[in-house]
Amino acid sequence: MKKYSAFSLLRNAISYNQNWQTAWRKPAPQRRYDVVIVGGGGHGLATAYYLAKEHGVRNIAVLEKGWIGGGNTGRNTTIVRSNYLWTEASLLYEKSLKLWESLSQELNYNVMFSQRGVYNLGHSLQDMRDIKRRVGANRLNGIDAEVVTAAQIKQAIPLIDTSLTARYPILGASLQRRAGVARHDAVAWGFARAADAYGVDIIEQCEVTGINRVDGKVTGVETTRGAIDAPKIGVVVAGHASVLAEMAGLRLPIESHPLQAFVSEPLKPVLDTVVMSGAVHGYISQSDKGELVIGAGIDAYNGYGQRGSFQTIEHTMEAIVALFPVFSRVRMLRQWGGIVDVCPDACPIISKTPVGGLYFNCGWGTGGFKATPGSGWAFAHTIAQDRPHELNAAFDLQRFTSGALIDEHGAAAVAH
Amino acid sequence: MLLLRCPHCGERAETEFSYGGEAGIQRPPDPAGLSDAEWADYLFNRKNPRGAHAELWNHALGCRRWFIVQRDTVNYRISESHEL
Repeated sequence: MKKYSAFSLLRNAISYNQNWQTAWRKPAPQRRYDVVIVGGGGHGLATAYYLAKEHGVRNIAVLEKGWIGGGNTGRNTTIVRSNYLWTEASLLYEKSLKLWESLSQELNYNVMFSQRGVYNLGHSLQDMRDIKRRVGANRLNGIDAEVVTAAQIKQAIPLIDTSLTARYPILGASLQRRAGVARHDAVAWGFARAADAYGVDIIEQCEVTGINRVDGKVTGVETTRGAIDAPKIGVVVAGHASVLAEMAGLRLPIESHPLQAFVSEPLKPVLDTVVMSGAVHGYISQSDKGELVIGAGIDAYNGYGQRGSFQTIEHTMEAIVALFPVFSRVRMLRQWGGIVDVCPDACPIISKTPVGGLYFNCGWGTGGFKATPGSGWAFAHTIAQDRPHELNAAFDLQRFTSGALIDEHGAAAVAH
Repeated sequence: MLLLRCPHCGERAETEFSYGGEAGIQRPPDPAGLSDAEWADYLFNRKNPRGAHAELWNHALGCRRWFIVQRDTVNYRISESHEL
């Protein structure tokens, strides 16, 4: 891999940009790999990268049915934070946030990680009690968090309506200053390029249609581009986790729902931070292009259609306009849906399975993007060592049998 | 927005209904006799199919009765709805 630098920019400018190296190869699938990762989103590519870098596994394939980063990686609102309530969850997300902080340097690829802060608004006395509890829990775990008043919010975000006559009065918020946003496509491309440099085969347009097993152990996968043998298979396919699980005869505690988001027409800079509100089901930030990026809640029904219902859009827009009356005449440019895999306790599964050599990383629900590097890091450890790292041990599939759930429903800015 | 047909009230907009998830899950008659894994399977595991899905809906802002809808989870088309 040729490094990107100011010098390479100059050198390629002199040669009329005709000699840029391809960011990743397009190899044909080999007959056999040591590890096959199913799913070429951010999590899958990060898994392959950390498998190669941290664990010395070289013979890896990432199989993607469409194009890399074309699923939920490219369909989210790019918010990164780690202010979760429970210790297990907050340490996992904090590991991820720490990886984000040096990710551009590590990958030699600008993922445009911008630590512009995230406000989680409180609209009632109970919201404020919950916020104080969560901020206290975060600080005990060494995560930056603070409680801010409505006056402080108004000072930092002049456009927000903090009047007491507002439809959803704002009493205060939690603020995580190290949180922020990143460029979603760049995360997928950066991990793909860095993994490719370690020799990882990234195979697009290759859909897995079956998981082969002998005596309770995986032997490989059937794909639309032929059979591929592998003693270890890591499945990280977000909304389609249940479909892949069924191929291996497993049942998962997961339901897939459409989750919608929108961007507006580009505006001059008006919002330099991220505002989230669980009570009114909306979150908003402004992209570097000037578009307002707005996220909604999930649609109630199970769906794989990558589109949701209009009343969800209306509900979210009502909330955003109530918080920011000045946005009432902003027009929306695009709307899209992703398929999120929701777990009963709103926490992920990064786990071995009853099938030998088969590993699942799923259940991230509405909040997987922020975890991309940490998820890949922990999943790579689980696959390489055949046992979870202590950071993801609590996220075992077994927790649904033992009852040791990690109830994070309250930690998302949008109720799952 | 889905257009759901309540067996009692006819076709109504999705906003009148609340969703109840996978249909046909029977509560085990003797929970104490189950292993933890069997109980967890009843409690948490779901088919979550890509395609035909039998699901429960409640006409919350209408007759308030539960009924079963056969719906495709990819194109969202509803093939039938009938009483429990």
